[in-house]
Amino acid sequence: MKVAVLKGGRSLERGVSLRSGARVEDALERLGHEVLPIDVGPDLVKRLGTERPDVAFVVMHGVGGEDGTVQELLEILGIPFTGPGAAACARCMDKVQAKDAIEEAGLPTPEWFAFNQTAFREFGAADALGRLEETLGFPLVVKPSRGGSSLGVKFAAAASEVPQALVSAFSYDDRVLIESFVEGRELAVSVLGDEPLPVVEAILLEGDRYDFEARYEIGRTRFVCPAELPPEEEREVTEVALATYRALGCTGFARIDLILGTDGPKLLEANAIPGLTDTSLLPQAAEAAGLSFEQLVERILDLALTPQGVS
Amino acid sequence: MSEVPEPTHRRRSHTSGRDLERYAGLFAERTGVMRSSAMRDLMAITARPEVISLAGGLPDTSTFPPQSFAAQMTRIAQESAAKALQYGPTEGFEETKDCIVEVMGAEGMLPDPDDIIVTTGGQQAIDLVCKTLLDPGDVVICEAPTYPGAIPTLCSYQADIVQVECDEDGMRVELLEQLLADLRAEGKRPKFIYSVPSFQNPAGVTMSLQRRHRLVELARANELLVVEDNPYGLLRYGGEPMPPLYQLDGGDFVIYLGTFSKILSPGIRLGWAVAPPPVMEKIVLGKQAADLCTSTLTQYFVREYFAERRWQRYIDDLVEIYRARRDTMVEALRTHFPAEATWTEPDGGLFIWATLPDYIDTSDLLAKALRADVAFVPGQAAYIDGRGSHSMRLNFSGVDEDEIREGVRRIGKVIAEQVELYGTLTGEQRLPEPKEESAPNVLPFRKAGEAG
Repeated sequence: MKVAVLKGGRSLERGVSLRSGARVEDALERLGHEVLPIDVGPDLVKRLGTERPDVAFVVMHGVGGEDGTVQELLEILGIPFTGPGAAACARCMDKVQAKDAIEEAGLPTPEWFAFNQTAFREFGAADALGRLEETLGFPLVVKPSRGGSSLGVKFAAAASEVPQALVSAFSYDDRVLIESFVEGRELAVSVLGDEPLPVVEAILLEGDRYDFEARYEIGRTRFVCPAELPPEEEREVTEVALATYRALGCTGFARIDLILGTDGPKLLEANAIPGLTDTSLLPQAAEAAGLSFEQLVERILDLALTPQGVS
Repeated sequence: MSEVPEPTHRRRSHTSGRDLERYAGLFAERTGVMRSSAMRDLMAITARPEVISLAGGLPDTSTFPPQSFAAQMTRIAQESAAKALQYGPTEGFEETKDCIVEVMGAEGMLPDPDDIIVTTGGQQAIDLVCKTLLDPGDVVICEAPTYPGAIPTLCSYQADIVQVECDEDGMRVELLEQLLADLRAEGKRPKFIYSVPSFQNPAGVTMSLQRRHRLVELARANELLVVEDNPYGLLRYGGEPMPPLYQLDGGDFVIYLGTFSKILSPGIRLGWAVAPPPVMEKIVLGKQAADLCTSTLTQYFVREYFAERRWQRYIDDLVEIYRARRDTMVEALRTHFPAEATWTEPDGGLFIWATLPDYIDTSDLLAKALRADVAFVPGQAAYIDGRGSHSMRLNFSGVDEDEIREGVRRIGKVIAEQVELYGTLTGEQRLPEPKEESAPNVLPFRKAGEAG
């Protein structure tokens, strides 16, 4: 089968995407497919038009590739592709939209507020910060609404740190969300097709936050998969993750990140195109479920070519 | 014609999940402290042609005359092909050392050629010094900020890095004295002090004569080695020449590192180290184990190049180009950076260090800057402990004056947006609460020309 691997692009997570892409290409070759690697740029549509791949394997992260833009193009071109559809990608990419959908589905997520840059620049939203901080309490987490890999995510332990955190988060997106910080275990549930994979726990070995660097450096974060959880908690975590996956309209695969605090699981975000690098969580979860990387890649391809909902 | 089998793979296979698991158990402990970084990932984007990169540390190699390059290589091919293609001595050729003696002589040093080893770039010289002197956990003292490229090397030898603040006169040696006393009280003896005393990377500052004398005295009194890294000494655009530490000390407690990268070409990968004989003996053994010898071909190239007797004129040309670029960058900073920003105005070298108001994190700013197609090095890269997050390193040697102006303008614009946003966020009603008294993130360098 002729498989186009769409990777790279201009997002800030370009490097991660290229690493994921290289790994997927190798696996596809070993599986005997004809591989067409595409570093996504202005010639994307033209190349897809001339090369006519049977299916597109999308391993782009961040704005452009994970937000539904590329998926929309592929839908128009009639090329089947891996991972969620355009609408689901857009919902996952934008944390504000995702949290709206999560709350609508009655699923637990940390308390939060969202702000546009315009609200501060033109409507004096700064004056509302005090009230908001009272509601949420400290510490707070400030996140760009659209951004991945913890880029621009800042913690504010006191009111004086909030403006600085906002300036950082607004470096990545015009909309940010301010969320109450939930202490707990960092868990990720990957879903493949309609099947949840074993829960992964990320344990940071040094430093205090699961930041961008820890995420991609071998040796800085220890991953435990399957996470050691009492059966009841494991079931609960898996259930809310799967419900989130469905609430966001995901198909193919996605990774749901959550925190397990004293109050039970709280959903943080969904990744429509989770990383497939050496240190990424989806491949680890798949392996814990007995799937080699090749088998995972093959399964993802199958899902792209199977009518939705049928497994 | 012999049959060459078709290669079975276009390129190296990447590890599968299972393979990785297997390798993970095989990694040495030191790989755990080898740092890759978020910055490296962001830098992947600076390769886009539309990005003006003030991030690199590249010298301008575009003015090196191609005819001269061609003539030298032809001469090597005609006269010394067999030797130039053969292995060479681990220490390097005597002729290369003669060139090195000439270069060091231009800064007033007179090393014994027997104390010199030719290395694969200055970076290998740093690596070999670490290899020779460091056991895991050994204390190494660096400047704060320090050369970002030294950090991964020191980390890979599992050094315990301690950084001493710099100001506009280089490393604050009085703080170093205190630090040495503190370390002694803890029963720790640092193995060496790593310093770039002239036109420092990344800060652009130069150590004062008084501090140089004091540093050398301290090294002698404490029987510590100073590793003096001097890639930029000859690239001086103003100020008085400063004697290298090596010259002041006479080479007993100073290991000197030099390179042809900034005065000729980084592509030829030629650097050197000068060390006292007992240390050199070990360095040579380390070099032998690492790569047997430095490229003989490029050593021949340097020999031919120096025989033309115009190497100093080429440096003069570079100095003219870089001086104009530095002036352009300083001018652009004055025009486009906010009043609260400070920066160094270096008398030489390749870098300016700018420090922004402390509510701006330069790693996040870089994300914004990259969308505006401009790049710089966030200051955190020059510290091991997360400090430096309000500073940035700007390179003025690698791009032309128009690009410098435009690059600084673009950075200035994204900073201005953040300054304005912060003003809006804090406003009159929300004055920032007085911060707990804490050490300043980075010692803010005064703007050159300001009364101190």
